[in-house]
Amino acid sequence: MSSNSFSYNEQSGGGEATELGQEATSTISPSGAFGLFSSDLKKNEDLKQMLESNKDSAKLDAMKRIVGMIAKGKNASELFPAVVKNVASKNIEIKKLVYVYLVRYAEEQQDLALLSISTFQRALKDPNQLIRASALRVLSSIRVPIIVPIMMLAIKEASADLSPYVRKNAAHAIQKLYSLDPEQKEMLIEVIEKLLKDKSTLVAGSVVMAFEEVCPDRIDLIHKNYRKLCNLLVDVEEWGQVVIIHMLTRYARTQFVSPWKEGDELEDNGKNFYESDDDQKEKTDKRKKPYTMDPDHRLLIRNTKPLLQSRNAAVVMAVAQLYWHISPKSEAGIISKSLVRLLRSNREVQYIVLQNIATMSIQRKGMFEPYLKSFYVRSTDPTMIKTLKLEILTNLANEANISILLREFQTYVKSQDKQFAAATIQTIGRCATNILEVTDTCLNGLVCLLSNRDEIVVAESVVVIKKLLQMQPAQHGEIIKHMAKLLDSITVPVARASILWLIGENCERVPKIAPDVLRKMAKSFTSEDDLVKLQILNLGAKLYLTNSKQTKLLTQYILNLGKYDQNYDIRDHTRFIRQLIVPNEKSGALSKYAKKIFLAQKPAPLLESPFKDRDHFQLGTLSHALNIKATGYLELSNWPEVAPDPSVRNVEVIELAKEWTPAGKAKQENSAKKFYSESEEEEDSSDSSSDSESESGSESGEQGESGEEGDSNEDSSEDSSSEQDSESERESGLENKRTAKRNSKAKGKSDSEDGEKENEKSKTSDSSNDESSSIEDSSSDSESESEPESESESRRVTKEKEKKTKQDRTPLTKDVSLLDLDDCQYSCICTNENSRAASSNEWKRTSCPLFLSKTALHFW
Amino acid sequence: MIHSLFLINSSGDIFLEKHWKSVVSRSVCDYFFEAQERATEAENVPPVIPTPHHYLLSVYRHKIFFVAVIQTEVPPLFVIEFLHRVVDTFQDYFGVCSEPVIKDNVVVVYEVLEEMLDNGFPLATESNILKELIKPPTILRTVVNTITGSTNVGDQLPTGQLSVVPWRRTGVKYTNNEAYFDVIEEIDAIIDKSGSTITAEIQGVIDACVKLTGMPDLTLSFMNPRLLDDVSFHPCVRFKRWESERILSFIPPDGNFRLLSYHVSAQNLVAIPVYVKHNISFRDSSSHGRFEITVGPKQTMGKTIEGVTVTSQMPKGVLNMSLTPSQGTHTFDPVTKMLSWDVGKINPQKLPSLKGTMSLQAGASKPDENPTINLQFKIQQLAISGLKVNRLDMYGEKYKPFKGIKYMTKAGKFQVRT
Repeated sequence: MSSNSFSYNEQSGGGEATELGQEATSTISPSGAFGLFSSDLKKNEDLKQMLESNKDSAKLDAMKRIVGMIAKGKNASELFPAVVKNVASKNIEIKKLVYVYLVRYAEEQQDLALLSISTFQRALKDPNQLIRASALRVLSSIRVPIIVPIMMLAIKEASADLSPYVRKNAAHAIQKLYSLDPEQKEMLIEVIEKLLKDKSTLVAGSVVMAFEEVCPDRIDLIHKNYRKLCNLLVDVEEWGQVVIIHMLTRYARTQFVSPWKEGDELEDNGKNFYESDDDQKEKTDKRKKPYTMDPDHRLLIRNTKPLLQSRNAAVVMAVAQLYWHISPKSEAGIISKSLVRLLRSNREVQYIVLQNIATMSIQRKGMFEPYLKSFYVRSTDPTMIKTLKLEILTNLANEANISILLREFQTYVKSQDKQFAAATIQTIGRCATNILEVTDTCLNGLVCLLSNRDEIVVAESVVVIKKLLQMQPAQHGEIIKHMAKLLDSITVPVARASILWLIGENCERVPKIAPDVLRKMAKSFTSEDDLVKLQILNLGAKLYLTNSKQTKLLTQYILNLGKYDQNYDIRDHTRFIRQLIVPNEKSGALSKYAKKIFLAQKPAPLLESPFKDRDHFQLGTLSHALNIKATGYLELSNWPEVAPDPSVRNVEVIELAKEWTPAGKAKQENSAKKFYSESEEEEDSSDSSSDSESESGSESGEQGESGEEGDSNEDSSEDSSSEQDSESERESGLENKRTAKRNSKAKGKSDSEDGEKENEKSKTSDSSNDESSSIEDSSSDSESESEPESESESRRVTKEKEKKTKQDRTPLTKDVSLLDLDDCQYSCICTNENSRAASSNEWKRTSCPLFLSKTALHFW
Repeated sequence: MIHSLFLINSSGDIFLEKHWKSVVSRSVCDYFFEAQERATEAENVPPVIPTPHHYLLSVYRHKIFFVAVIQTEVPPLFVIEFLHRVVDTFQDYFGVCSEPVIKDNVVVVYEVLEEMLDNGFPLATESNILKELIKPPTILRTVVNTITGSTNVGDQLPTGQLSVVPWRRTGVKYTNNEAYFDVIEEIDAIIDKSGSTITAEIQGVIDACVKLTGMPDLTLSFMNPRLLDDVSFHPCVRFKRWESERILSFIPPDGNFRLLSYHVSAQNLVAIPVYVKHNISFRDSSSHGRFEITVGPKQTMGKTIEGVTVTSQMPKGVLNMSLTPSQGTHTFDPVTKMLSWDVGKINPQKLPSLKGTMSLQAGASKPDENPTINLQFKIQQLAISGLKVNRLDMYGEKYKPFKGIKYMTKAGKFQVRT
């Protein structure tokens, strides 16, 4: 530690001194490596000189070479002091490369890395949002524990930044800081909580990622943001979508009751879900235990559906697993088409998708049956893909399609890829056991394969036939005889062992052959594989018990051989058998039962899919792919018996409530019927407008009236609502009036006071949305003052407002064509930033015209 | 999420490493090499490999393994899809993605990787944005850079990332405004011995090359959109317009991109444009076999089939083949046992054929499977599914763009079993 502080104080000079010292000691080391080392050293000297030159081009060249060294994995750490000096370079490329270097080596050279911190601290206050963002990025990537407080401060500030891009970087920085110092967890959770409220699609994915990494168990932080996340989802960038969908799946499993009920599969899938909803509702009225899907549950399912059409395989898979885990079983069918589409993709994508389909197809065959032919194997597929496809085909096999499948399997058995051919034989065996109609056909087919030229194929057939015969101890003497003949030619130990076991089990059915087989085996006993030797011993024992006249001597001979075998397992086994079957004075009570012990009915093996036990992992996860619980895997909880209070997701705050909930809904526990009718109207309106933001604004009109206080601390898009609500009001006018009335009754007079308070507040504290919010407020004031109010009056108010908002809106839509959209935005950012620079941290915007901010936010 | 990335060539050398969090020793790749050894073929290396402390997820493209190291649970497709995106980006930047090219451009590669991930989480993966951040190297730019000392790193801010259209760069200007769309359909099929179709489906894509000034808003409509059974879109396409009107409405990225990929389901009958007649037989006793293939057109809607190639993996027992083609050229590699025949165009009057004998290993028994024939072909000016673009309109800009549309049908995974 002391040396640390020393070099820190001494600054770079000190650092270099120590560095040189080290080099000196290492060069002293004698040996042949000397020459090599010195040339290395020389090269680096030359780089150092270049870095210290005045020319940018020389510096750039040096940096490029250094980056090349890093990329190859060579150690370039000794150049640290020379490189770090250039952190403040004016040349943007040098700067970037220095950043690359710094992030790579800061951990190893902590003291020297501190030299660069002040540069970043300065950049964090830069008026340019990209410079702020990149400074935060690099600062948080420097894994030096001393700067934790600085990082914390920077993250906090950045999380309140006006630029969503900077806030996004703040969300990334949270994870970095957490991995550097987990003790900051509490503070970081606060930041996460704040960022979760963010409405920018840019931030959403990153902050949920941070949430998953830092505090995945704090599901309570999600409640208030649930609806917002659902609504933003479509517009979030694709990587963020994956993370959010996985998180929401877990959330849904803890918050909603199971939509799966008995006989769900039988329900008609043909109807689209709106209809089936109504149906359900009708039905449930009559049923004893009515199940109505929580509208929030429905919201999630509905909003993820379009993402099945994403070009990103990870997104499609994420939606698929969401449907699999949380949607009613009758609706999950829509995912199969999209999953099958992914099979056209790269080998790796295919591999993962097929694994997931394999798991799904065990439980719900029907889902993939129509796509059976998409799983047919091509000779050009890699083996791992082939075996997975085979697995799925087996799972999908049923009485109806088995004959087509068997014909297909016949082609596979002949494949040049013998590993695959062997897998096919196993598959045939499984089909034979699962579908009784074809057992005999399969068995005959397998017997034919016994005359195949390839040993692997024959061996596999023997093993499978053994299993099949065991399941059906009917009259298969012929097959057994045939197999006994094979013993002469086949060499694969497993197959030989299988044949011997089979003969042993059925020795009474083939009384003539069995002793002869034993005789042959006795001859070759010493040269057999251990596995085969054990089975020879078993066969001997069984024959001794059933046919001791012919085989007594043979068996004793074998037992003697076994006694002196090299393998202790075989010696043990021999001793055990001898004690059991050969009667002598010491033999205990057990030998009386020897026959029962050896020739007991053995339960047939179950031929099961290797994917059978995978379903306890969430689909689409790494753990599922490996069938091992991976580090950091979050268990998917079972559905709760009783749904937790759904009102936790209602957002009382103006800003958030208008995302989705009609205000009245939050206040009153009204019946499920109303929920539906409302949300469906909502749905209509949102369909007609393409922008999701406008959706979010749709309820703000009444919210203004309900007049609770807003925590509009950020540059949120609150103002946008005022223009947009007009549309939704026009569409659901009647509904609005009703809610308005309800609200006004419920809230009473307190509103007007609240409204005034808020008015004041927004004047003093608020940043960008002064004017627009005051529009809202004034309208709410006027209404609440005129309270209690007749219905006609309230209608008038709404109309007035409509007019106003229409006026607001019309010029806007005309002026802002898509061309100047970005310009607007950009200039808005600039204005914001200028003002920010002007009044430092307080961000009181002074001059930005309302028009601009509105347009920008409208499109944001 | 993604901790580190290693690039490994086919001979097992790690030629590039990049770490986004703390450094993971490259010895972690030993587990990968083990798996590689076990798999014998590169294609069979499992994409997910667990090691005691890390998980290795890899993709194999252009004879390079891209191995990502991760430490905790993460959806594997997330990583795999990202790695593919990295490869696509390299290809986009350098034209080809190969070891020498990556080594030559190591600095650009590093800069790009740095921008693509932050702390292992994807940051900028849209090529339009990346190209604004880091300019792709061109010969001209390299020359200019050496003279003027300017850099590859854009000093402009990638405003796209902050806008509502993050996939499009701003300030695009062209003197000739053009938009080209290629409708490319691939037929995946398995044809059995007797010539009947076992399975056939059509996979189509619409690739676009849009060079339009400003912020154009395009709509593309089809004559028969119902044909499209299952579609996936570039993020620029508005879902809701498609859901309600079956119209593609979008603000395109600048340059080349894949607008749409679709699937025409197997339920609809797929017209198979070619047939293959084959007669391949091995005789048990002799060391010779007969080989004969004829390719002919079928349901081509009057278009010529071109670019036909036939490849087949012959059984191991085949030592050599002496064949004579009626047109085109053929090769047989006695080591890999791969036969390939470059046919070219099919003339319906004179069908191309390849005939001759195979010499088999003496004494070896006859192979039990006849080889599968893989077919490649192209048909210009035809979308086999019958899909037709109705019109393309542009809003939001004043100029009149040049519009072009091209149709093509290709063989995808087209196999004939014999």
